[in-house]
Amino acid sequence: MLRMESVTRHYTLRGRKVRALENVTLEIPRGDFVSVVGPSGSGKSTLLLTLGGMLSPAAGRVMLDGQSVYELTSEDRARLRRSKVGFVFQTFNLVPYLSALENVQIPLYLNGMAPAEQTRRAASLLEQVGLGDRLDHKPSELSVGQQQRVALARMLANDPAVILADEPTGNLDPETGETVLGFLEQLSREGRTVVMVTHDMRAARRARRILKLVDGTLSNGRHPSPRAG
Amino acid sequence: MRLGTIVWREMFERRNQLFTSFLAILLGISVIVSVKNITVYSEKAVARELDALGANILILPKSASLQDYYGSDVQEDVFPEEYVARLAGSDLEGLDNLSPKLSMPVELAGRRFTLTGILPRNEFQAKASWQGAGIFTRPLGCGAVDIPGAVAPPAQETLVRRRVIDRLGEADALVGADVAGHLGVTASDTIRILGKPFTVTAVLPQTGTVDDSRVFAHLHEVQRLAGKGPVINAIEIVGCCDQISRGLVQKINLLLPEAKVVTVAQIVDTQIRTNRMMSRLSLLFLGIIILVGGASIANYMYANVFERRREIGTLMALGAGSSVVLRMFLLKALLLGLGGGIMGYALGTVLAVILGPRIAGVPVLPILWLAPAAIGIATVIAVLASYFPARRAARLDPTLALQEI
Repeated sequence: MLRMESVTRHYTLRGRKVRALENVTLEIPRGDFVSVVGPSGSGKSTLLLTLGGMLSPAAGRVMLDGQSVYELTSEDRARLRRSKVGFVFQTFNLVPYLSALENVQIPLYLNGMAPAEQTRRAASLLEQVGLGDRLDHKPSELSVGQQQRVALARMLANDPAVILADEPTGNLDPETGETVLGFLEQLSREGRTVVMVTHDMRAARRARRILKLVDGTLSNGRHPSPRAG
Repeated sequence: MRLGTIVWREMFERRNQLFTSFLAILLGISVIVSVKNITVYSEKAVARELDALGANILILPKSASLQDYYGSDVQEDVFPEEYVARLAGSDLEGLDNLSPKLSMPVELAGRRFTLTGILPRNEFQAKASWQGAGIFTRPLGCGAVDIPGAVAPPAQETLVRRRVIDRLGEADALVGADVAGHLGVTASDTIRILGKPFTVTAVLPQTGTVDDSRVFAHLHEVQRLAGKGPVINAIEIVGCCDQISRGLVQKINLLLPEAKVVTVAQIVDTQIRTNRMMSRLSLLFLGIIILVGGASIANYMYANVFERRREIGTLMALGAGSSVVLRMFLLKALLLGLGGGIMGYALGTVLAVILGPRIAGVPVLPILWLAPAAIGIATVIAVLASYFPARRAARLDPTLALQEI
């Protein structure tokens, strides 16, 4: 269960106060698939980072499985992230000088797994996303779609309960985007909670719920229909 | 995958950016190592040269001056031989050789020469109380060790320069080159001095100094011929230069208040000045490497942190805590320091061995203890210079790091 309780977060940009999140209350049950849509600068990114324990709110609480995320120390929050949260980035954020295998190994290393076990699990995850023959390729040697699949494998490495995706299809061609959306749906069906920020309404409609964020204020959850895919 | 894998891959991938700061620390350490290496061998060479030059401290009667001593080598005034026992029995450090002597003018075949009484070493060693003081249990030369290629001076030359001879019988004499030439004597001939026959045990090589006009004999025999009792008119001492600089002369003055203690200041000063200059040069280079090398590494690390903000943010999103990020940058600094230190030591040693003979005129060999020192200095500089950039990375705001979100 992921919950925001009256969360507020402001920041100042070029002398102007921006309301990124304004008294946002939100509850996302385990296994839910939620899309967050809204114009640029509406606070979507702030919402995602706040949910993921990366950005502490000025007021309010974020609860993950009954634990108040921002009452933990920063090291404990890091531990919580690596055990329960998986991020998917629009530009994948693969480490450019590491191979596909090593990129997937990062969260496993951070979780304290032995090197041999890391290699075995990372190779298995890359097999699952169809990149079993690209283990030693660096990101620059992979296509955009392959890079996103490496990022998905890396996100899944520690078997996270919550997946936070930022424009996961934003840089992909329609076909690869479709694959990624299907993948997120499958993860949701497996019982993981998925929160996806997107500009693309077609992608948003693949979620069970769409949240609209305007000027840091949330208009709650209409259920899209019909659900594609 | 370990933290080292990430660090190593990143360093290798961006080796061109790393090159400048690596070069700064490499060259800095090489210069320090080579200067220090040459300095050590130069100091040894200087110590050896001084050792060969002979006495650098003279104990004379109060009325004598250094000019008198070197001018005529003969003073009327004398002081008791017991002063030698006082020095030998003291706990003074840095007295390398004590050479008591008594000189008197003698006329041989119509020409005036100098008869000098010296005490052979076997007589020092026979005196238990002196032996107990350990004067002759130390190696000679104040730490002036053998230098490759240098040849030890022959015993006769050692006598001339240091007034040290192992054995000298009471009827033996060593004659200077001029004396031998004037008298036409060679080794094993007999000469008569003040009515006493002496066997010439050796003719000393030409030195161009007053020693050429000198006849050396046993101190006690000369004392008998002089008829003044157990007295001497000089004690020549080879004092260790570092001890002289730490007040050895003042300590001897306290021990022998009735005598005059002078140093051959020029000789001692030369070494002290050389040593100081080399030490200052080493310190100067150390300062430069700390400033230039440290600044270069800090600058590189700050740029590296800035360039890798997104990567740092990604690692944080994947669950890396601040400590992991801090360790990642400090490990990189450690590797940089270790690499710079090891290669700097190697390059510096090669430079010293090649350039040492040309710059300082001394043969130079590698010094192993400089390796841990060089690696330690390079590592400490690299880690300290990287600490603040690393801390900045560890405290990076992930929202700035992941700007696209």
